[in-house]
Amino acid sequence: MTCSRRDFLKEAVGGTLVSALPLSAFVFITTDEAKAAIADSKVRWAFLVDTTKCVGCGLCVKACKTENEIPYDAAVTRTWVERYVVTKDGQTHIDSPMGGRDGYTTDLIRDEEIEPEDIDKAFFVPKLCNQCDNPACVQVCPVGATYKTNDGIVLVDRDWCIGCGYCIMACPYGVRFFHPEHKVADKCNFCYHRISKGMEPACVECCSFGARRLANLRDPDDPVTKIITTERVAVLKDEYGTKPHVFYIGLDANVR
Amino acid sequence: MKWHVLRPLWVAIGLVASIFVARVFLVPDDFGVHGDTFTYGFHRLSNVQEWKDFPVKYKGRESCEECHEENLAALNGSTHQTVECENCHGPSIDHPDPNEFLPLDKDRALCLRCHAFLDYPNTDRGALVSIVDRTHKRRYECVKCHNPHDPKEYYE
Repeated sequence: MTCSRRDFLKEAVGGTLVSALPLSAFVFITTDEAKAAIADSKVRWAFLVDTTKCVGCGLCVKACKTENEIPYDAAVTRTWVERYVVTKDGQTHIDSPMGGRDGYTTDLIRDEEIEPEDIDKAFFVPKLCNQCDNPACVQVCPVGATYKTNDGIVLVDRDWCIGCGYCIMACPYGVRFFHPEHKVADKCNFCYHRISKGMEPACVECCSFGARRLANLRDPDDPVTKIITTERVAVLKDEYGTKPHVFYIGLDANVR
Repeated sequence: MKWHVLRPLWVAIGLVASIFVARVFLVPDDFGVHGDTFTYGFHRLSNVQEWKDFPVKYKGRESCEECHEENLAALNGSTHQTVECENCHGPSIDHPDPNEFLPLDKDRALCLRCHAFLDYPNTDRGALVSIVDRTHKRRYECVKCHNPHDPKEYYE
């Protein structure tokens, strides 16, 4: 094969241009830039739920739906309250009609009446996003629409989400849902707009019994952090390795 | 050079190049790794601020106290002092301007959330003063007889 000098130069210049073009589209960051981006935060939000104090009024669910503009009559909610009734025959009856939005006012569970003398134990368990340290929902997002902030909150970018629903399937706690109006994935974010202004989340503020409390784990003087670090608390589904940051007092083995 | 493989190869390379060019225009400037890892921190940075700017609807007791001091004083010491104003009076987002009156919820259903009798041994529900909805003055609003700011006080 022969090659003239003209042809060789042509090929060489063309080849260089073509190979340089894709490289320029990549972004390379230095170690210092990466460190600056991490910006060690003085805040790590966590949550404490005292299930022994919850009476199942559901005002937290109502407040959450109003505060976060979640369609009130749609069967989706960012936080919900579950009712557990364990009977003497060893069965566990669980319900959460509309996420407990209207409170629990009858002893009917899924149209089944349970006599008080048959009950071994009965209690309510509020649930919300666990703001995991290893959020499974974030790992599966194919477009980078959901992410963890420096203060530990997992957020969804509504402009960037394509509504594929992978994250809804990936969350072991069933926290995520498809927002019927925005057509994107949605989830509890501890009322990020409130806590970043120094307010309490809507569900915490509306709870009359102190069953829900917000904590900053990086602040050793935070009274709620003290409870989490010094008292007996549990998390949901620890075996998944997601490192959830909603801590429960009085969690029962029947709670799933 | 007449090598028949080259022509489709140029097309393929051109396609890939056009994707990278399109990416430069379509991906926002602040999209990248912001946080500890690529796995959890790959996102559009300005979205954090967008969430922070989300409007607050429940302004809280302190905000009510600025104008309604006497009502909060009445609540002090009553068994309802832990109940947030906005639980019954509604979120005060646009109050007092432009919405002068908040939609006060006087429905029985609101009171029954806590005060419907449920015999559950592991909750404080049983410790609350409670009624059986079917048998207790069915057709009346609770506030006809009970003062919601001080429930120990009855109207005759």
